[in-house]
Amino acid sequence: MKPVQVECRNIALAYGKVQVLKDISLTVEPGEFFALLGPSGSGKSTLLRLIAGFNFAQGGQITVDGSDITRIPPWQRNIGMVFQNYALWPHMTVEKNVAFGLEERKLPRTEIGRKVADVLALVGLTDHAHRRPNQLSGGQQQRVALARTLAVEPKVLLLDEPLSNLDAKLRVQMRQELKSLQRRLGITTIFVTHDQEEALTTCDRIAVMDQGVIQQIGTPMELYDFPANRFVANFVGTINFIEGEIAHRQGSAEFFSELLGTISLPAAAAGHAVAGAALAVRPHTITIGADRVPSSGDSPRIIRVVGNILEREFLGEFVRYRIDANGTELIVDQSHQPGNEMFAAGRNVTLGISESALRLVS
Amino acid sequence: MSKMVRQFSFLQALAALSIALFLLTFLVVPVVNVIYIAFADGDGGLTFSHFAAFFGISLMQESFWNSLIVALVSVFFASSIALPLAYLTVRFEFRGALLVQTLGILPLIMPPFVGAVAMQLIFGRSGSVNLLLTNWFGISIPLMEGLTGVIFVESLHYFPFILLNLTVALNNIDSAMEESAQNLGAHGLRLFRRIVFPLAMPGYVAGASLVFIKVFDDLGTPLVLNVTNMLAPQAYLRITSVGLEDPIGYVISVLMVGFSLLALWLSAIVLKGKDYSTTQRGGSGSSLSRRRLSTPQSILAYSWIGLLLLLVLSPHIGIVLLSLSKVWSFSVLPDAYTLEHFKTVLVDSPGMIVNTLLYCGLAALLDIVIGTAIAYLILRTKVPGRQVLDFMASSALAIPGIVLAIGYLRTFKGLALPGADDPLTTLWIMIAIAYTVRRLPYALRSCIAALQQVSVSLEEAAENLGATKRRTIQRIVVPLMAGGILAGFVTSFITAAVELSATIMLTTTQSNAPMSYGIYLYMQSIAGRGPGAALGVLAVIIVALGTYFSHRIISSRALRTGIHPTLE
Repeated sequence: MKPVQVECRNIALAYGKVQVLKDISLTVEPGEFFALLGPSGSGKSTLLRLIAGFNFAQGGQITVDGSDITRIPPWQRNIGMVFQNYALWPHMTVEKNVAFGLEERKLPRTEIGRKVADVLALVGLTDHAHRRPNQLSGGQQQRVALARTLAVEPKVLLLDEPLSNLDAKLRVQMRQELKSLQRRLGITTIFVTHDQEEALTTCDRIAVMDQGVIQQIGTPMELYDFPANRFVANFVGTINFIEGEIAHRQGSAEFFSELLGTISLPAAAAGHAVAGAALAVRPHTITIGADRVPSSGDSPRIIRVVGNILEREFLGEFVRYRIDANGTELIVDQSHQPGNEMFAAGRNVTLGISESALRLVS
Repeated sequence: MSKMVRQFSFLQALAALSIALFLLTFLVVPVVNVIYIAFADGDGGLTFSHFAAFFGISLMQESFWNSLIVALVSVFFASSIALPLAYLTVRFEFRGALLVQTLGILPLIMPPFVGAVAMQLIFGRSGSVNLLLTNWFGISIPLMEGLTGVIFVESLHYFPFILLNLTVALNNIDSAMEESAQNLGAHGLRLFRRIVFPLAMPGYVAGASLVFIKVFDDLGTPLVLNVTNMLAPQAYLRITSVGLEDPIGYVISVLMVGFSLLALWLSAIVLKGKDYSTTQRGGSGSSLSRRRLSTPQSILAYSWIGLLLLLVLSPHIGIVLLSLSKVWSFSVLPDAYTLEHFKTVLVDSPGMIVNTLLYCGLAALLDIVIGTAIAYLILRTKVPGRQVLDFMASSALAIPGIVLAIGYLRTFKGLALPGADDPLTTLWIMIAIAYTVRRLPYALRSCIAALQQVSVSLEEAAENLGATKRRTIQRIVVPLMAGGILAGFVTSFITAAVELSATIMLTTTQSNAPMSYGIYLYMQSIAGRGPGAALGVLAVIIVALGTYFSHRIISSRALRTGIHPTLE
């Protein structure tokens, strides 16, 4: 089947006075693995359910390949959804669960049997066809839920936190399986999660949502490297904010902070330079050393600041320091390798912040 | 754009409307009519004079206080029986759990007015026990005299309501609740008083208020024991002897409804915000920890249960003996045995058995259809007024059978179905409808509980895969509710089978009479006691078989699907 495009235009939804979705617009390209990422209450599941047809928006439009599906009932949409709790019917066997959608489509018996066998083989559960859901492990239930949805060959696949009920190891394994399955089938997929790692590792593009508003849409790397605002910067990975003031000068702009002094902003960033904006820097881009190294003509420029270690955490791959730098608290990650010096709390250190790693966020 | 999406379908609205119409016709209008007549002065105005007249009659005053005392004391004794039993099974490693479960079901399968006759033969002035006591010690215990007899029979019959509710409540307490209290330093009686008891309280109150209402409204037991100075018998006697126009019968009806409502209201106040059942258990939590009984404790526990079992079984034993006895009077056991009574019953009144199956089957069927529909409307749709349906159906709980029957007789007086000669009130269908309305609250709770256990996402998953609303109800909702619906059907059926108060008022001809009426009728004469007992045994067998098979089906379903319906 040819992959389809899904588009949401100006979706608005309120429960009473509470605005759950505010003017949501996004386009999911054909065959794309797209994530809706956000904390609980951000509206991501509500948006997913809207696409599946389980809710009515007060405003806006949802289209699939250009045709409006806003008023179509869920059973006519052919948009498959895998539920967070799997929603397997306990009174039916695995086989019956998977056959359900095909039976509703009134397919001939032999064809149903063939398709059920195919899709069970696809998820590796051929031997479990006659079991009941409560006789399966969490991971197996998840596969049945997936198989049941894929059996009807939906135009779009919706996944509502499908991995949240699995334990940590299985979650990593299942997300890889999910990704390779999606690649193989080429089906347009929308994946709801609150886990940024899950979204970053599996999806082509991500929409970060908070309080019913899309904060930013981009590829995982774009979101991580160029967060649009403080919320995205903070929600996707860990980050330091450096507060300061902005001064505009004939088309260009400068950012002044106690910690870093004056930094001239690139022309592209000048547009974002509104009051209240801050500079953001990822902990792993800051270097840490014992000695005072004078600032020199590095390119790009590296700003040296002095700091005092407040606390040290060991996380395996790296050591995380909480550092007081002239009244600004910074988090610095140093990769854990042989030869790297460790610093105890109370020590004075010198930090190196590369100007190229600084991002202006609103 | 899609600003005004209609939140419900035409079919849903139609279902809601039909149910509302049914409840209005057969519950609200008759009951309101009864209440109106109690206050009507005959000239279109309202008056309290009927109430004044009621309290001016000393017999009525006496009846009023008697009913209240009997109901309260019965709740006390029923609690005294149920509390230790519930605590014993839930908190101790105890082999007698099955015995206690049996104790909890046995009384319910025997109508109290049937049991009352047997109890008189065993505990009455010249019953087996007192004959033995007189022979051995020269004493006798007046256990079955007057109000004491009513209290004795009612307590033994209705304590299971408290036992079942309390056991469920205690079992629902997550062991983590107790452990965290222990972790913070509470133990022993303090732990029980501050954690276990408050958490189990809602279950107890629900059971106790039910017992109060049932006893307060019971007509059959006092009538059979020949105690007429209580409210329900007085209402029956006034209406049947003085006539349908006598306002005193209506005043009594209003008082009975009032006290039932009061009991429900009080329990609602106590329970307000205290429904812990859904929040305290995460699904996999384990129940309260059980302790071992020491040897003296075991002896005490088993003797207590043994004594109770004997008491609880005595009506059953008595009724079986009576049904098989040629002559049984002034002797510990019958003098001679015969199967003649069963033959009499099967030859004379097979129609009664058929009638019971027909009326109760129809009522139970209507109950689960209406119950399922209301449950679905409340929990799954946005049809306006759906809560009113729930309220109307549940309010039947506060309406005594005799009040409903009086309401029917008065409201439908002189009406006849088009093309029929007989007045509406003499048709058997009215008995079945009265059963339907009376048992609806139980069936409804059963259906609501069943639907609550079906996660909405199970339905959404079906719709997502192409099933319409109707197909989803058919293939997912109803099969998953089946256990609960069956439980509702059986509860309605068996409780309707032993219902006497509405039956006695609405049965107009012998051919229309169900078994409960037949038993009552037989029991009126000494000669009829044998056949009456035989009919009682048959009723108990029907009820017991129904209970047993539904239990079997439900528990095997629960094993397969992991869904456990709650039996009311």
